[in-house]
Amino acid sequence: MAVTKVVMPKLSEAMETGKIIKWLKKEGDRIQGGDILAEIETDKADVEMEAFGAGVLRKVLVPAGEKAPVGTLIGVIAEPGDDIAAVLASAPAPAAAGVGAAGSASARNDTRSAPPAAPTPSAASAPAPPPRPAVVSTPAPAAPAVNAPAVGIPAPTAPTAVATGRVKASPLAKKIAAQAGVDLRLIRGTGPGGRIIRRDVDAAAVTVTAVPAAAPTGPAVEYEDRPLSQIRATIAKRLPLSKAPVPHFYVTSEVAMDRAWELREELNALEGQPKVSVNDLVVRACALALLRHPGVNASFQGESIRVWHRAHIGIAVALDDGLITPVLRDCQAKSLAQIAVEARDLVERARVRKLRVTELSGATFSISNLGMYDVVEFSAIINPPEGAILAVGSVRRVPVVDDGGLGVGRRMALTLSCDHRAMDGAMGARFLQDVKRLLEEPLRLLV
Amino acid sequence: MKVDVAVVGTGPGGYVAAIRCAQLGLSVAAVEDDRPGGVCLNWGCIPTKALLRNAEVVNLFGRAAEFGIRLAGFEASYAEAIQRSRRVADRMSKGVEFLFRKNKITLVPGRGVLKARGAVEVSGPGGTETIQATSAILATGSEPKSLPGVPIDEKTVLSSNGAVRNEQPPKSIIVIGAGAVGVEFADVYASYGVQVTILEALPRLVPLEDEEVSKELARAFRRRSIEMKTGVKVASVKPGGAGVAVETDAGRLEAEQVLMAVGRAAKVTGLGLEPLGVRLDRGFVTVSPRMETSVPGVYAIGDMVGPPLLAHKAMAEGVVAAEAIAGRDPRPLDYGNVPACTYCRPQIASIGVSEARAKENGREVSVGRFPFTANGKAVALGDTEGFVKVVADKATGEILGVHIVGPEATEIIHEFAVGRTVEATLEEVIHTIHAHPTLSEAALEATLGALGQAIHL
Repeated sequence: MAVTKVVMPKLSEAMETGKIIKWLKKEGDRIQGGDILAEIETDKADVEMEAFGAGVLRKVLVPAGEKAPVGTLIGVIAEPGDDIAAVLASAPAPAAAGVGAAGSASARNDTRSAPPAAPTPSAASAPAPPPRPAVVSTPAPAAPAVNAPAVGIPAPTAPTAVATGRVKASPLAKKIAAQAGVDLRLIRGTGPGGRIIRRDVDAAAVTVTAVPAAAPTGPAVEYEDRPLSQIRATIAKRLPLSKAPVPHFYVTSEVAMDRAWELREELNALEGQPKVSVNDLVVRACALALLRHPGVNASFQGESIRVWHRAHIGIAVALDDGLITPVLRDCQAKSLAQIAVEARDLVERARVRKLRVTELSGATFSISNLGMYDVVEFSAIINPPEGAILAVGSVRRVPVVDDGGLGVGRRMALTLSCDHRAMDGAMGARFLQDVKRLLEEPLRLLV
Repeated sequence: MKVDVAVVGTGPGGYVAAIRCAQLGLSVAAVEDDRPGGVCLNWGCIPTKALLRNAEVVNLFGRAAEFGIRLAGFEASYAEAIQRSRRVADRMSKGVEFLFRKNKITLVPGRGVLKARGAVEVSGPGGTETIQATSAILATGSEPKSLPGVPIDEKTVLSSNGAVRNEQPPKSIIVIGAGAVGVEFADVYASYGVQVTILEALPRLVPLEDEEVSKELARAFRRRSIEMKTGVKVASVKPGGAGVAVETDAGRLEAEQVLMAVGRAAKVTGLGLEPLGVRLDRGFVTVSPRMETSVPGVYAIGDMVGPPLLAHKAMAEGVVAAEAIAGRDPRPLDYGNVPACTYCRPQIASIGVSEARAKENGREVSVGRFPFTANGKAVALGDTEGFVKVVADKATGEILGVHIVGPEATEIIHEFAVGRTVEATLEEVIHTIHAHPTLSEAALEATLGALGQAIHL
């Protein structure tokens, strides 16, 4: 019987490492082809990994809770008598933080499914998360460098590499810091290339009061450092790559949502009909408008602009530890009711991280809605290789001018971010105007 | 002549400073009243190393039978050893001239005196000229000292300057001072059959080194019948007996010649320093960490500014001064990480602090020692005198000091110098694979020893 190598699978374009959540089989178990071997956490979702060979699970190389880069050997299936020493010996040890086997996936556009880097709305007025305590910008002597007792280093161990990047420090500095319970990430290095050297640690350690390492009885921790989740790490890595080369421009429109609001209330009062949200209306409006303005349903490819004739719309969903954009496919062919049902399903499954791989990529356009947070308006960052993204604000009751007088109306701000390499201002504006019209004449969304 | 920088003195400090200035795009004039390369290349470091090599070869010839070589006696000419060292010095001095030409540095022969902040007056064979310079780097070095009331005539009372030139060796010599200069010359003389006695006022030879180093050197010298008297004060040195009579508090000694090796004094007089207000302290020029004196635009480096009086320290200071003048922000030197080397046989090399000093500084130390008798390469060479000693901080593994006696000590020390620069601990040295068979393995083993893990002992 053949020896089957179990390797960390590549479950999406963007995936570079995966974490084993748990092994469903253990060493010594007999395996049939198709058995689920383990649950793997990727940057987008939790996925079940199947076995592709039969035999006995002879060796598990990466235990639950640990990460491995895509492609590394994580287990071996073989018959009890097979010699697997060669297979084990030739496998490189999985590193803690994977290096990009995927490479710059966003640059390769040979396949249709391009990696949707999760869009992070660059908040013009969005609520900002509490700022991470300053790491390297504070000079060491001034910083009241507090212990990180949450980390609880009982014995002197060298600080391990942080997800944010290696801390450059001399070996002596590392050792002294570990012994003094000083967090190297808080120290500014004055050595060559900004390296932390021993005098920097000495200066920082002076300000640390003697907090017994094993005394968690209510020390007032000023901050804590949270390691990056897979999603955040991916966002953090890919976002600068996506934002910088894409020349964004922004077009804002204010939509009178009075009629759409009424329509929504009427629809939701009907028995047996799925509940429709404002966002569902926006999705449907965008789907129709994208068909009429294919130039916005486009992607800059370097030598050409790819124009889609179907609207696969990514719907941004906020999770605790990051943003995810599941894709609703063929919105142009779906009714408002269908969109409502499928969008709700996608969002729910996104929240419990049970999305299918095909739902994580392939968007031609994205929508991000912060209306539920009372946001007036904001601008989102385009998800490459898409050409545009629509940021939706809340529906507000505001004073409006009607019939020459002052009245009260519902208004909603839409901000379209466009890739100027694929389209120009007028094109974006025309599209947005169409979306606005569809929402202001909402019966059109039903036909 | 108008230049950006005038460098006075072209010893290791001066010529390196001049070249670095030129590399940084400055125009440079270098003033030299002797030969380019200063004392180091002409009368110090270089010729003495050539002489020591001769001594080594003579010693090997003496051991020829050990290696299966039969000699019916041999003759070693001291005069030719001196001549060879002169050729070596010559070649290196010409090398500096070549480097000056390559870097378009104008060599101005003569004696330079600071006339004003921006002016150096040079009195040379062709007359006097004034160099206008925006900045000046003083690098006039040092000269051998003597004991009070003991003039040096380079005939019976020598300094290193005479010892390095005299082609006629004495039959006997008393070396006063057991620092690096004293023990190196003692080695050379003894190798050529001169009867050598070393006198040292402090309690041991090479008193600035770790105690165990001094002991090891003394042991080695004793085996070669070099007489040593330590803890002895010299009262007078006068003509007498076969040549010179030395009165000490432990008795009277006589020999054909005396070599004064009691230290060197900075050459700070007659340079125009006082009128300009260049501040001195205990005979050395006071400088900032970037080598600037109390007069802005006037820099000083090398033996002029204080210990350690070592060529490589002067070179490093020369680079700092050049970069400071060029407007860069040079890293201040780590004076605690300057290797000290003595090239007699057995060689000595050390860096950092001695075990005793580390303890005085309040450190709890762990010490590793590894003798060359247990090192394969040393045994194969037939040169097993000495050891590597590593003094480390017990808690952190910080390498506080390393002391090496034995073959190629002066080369082996460098792995520790680099290690200390990057703040490596014992761990990093241990995790570095050392080639086998090499003398450097003793460095690895001594480091392992500091952790109680030596394998080959």
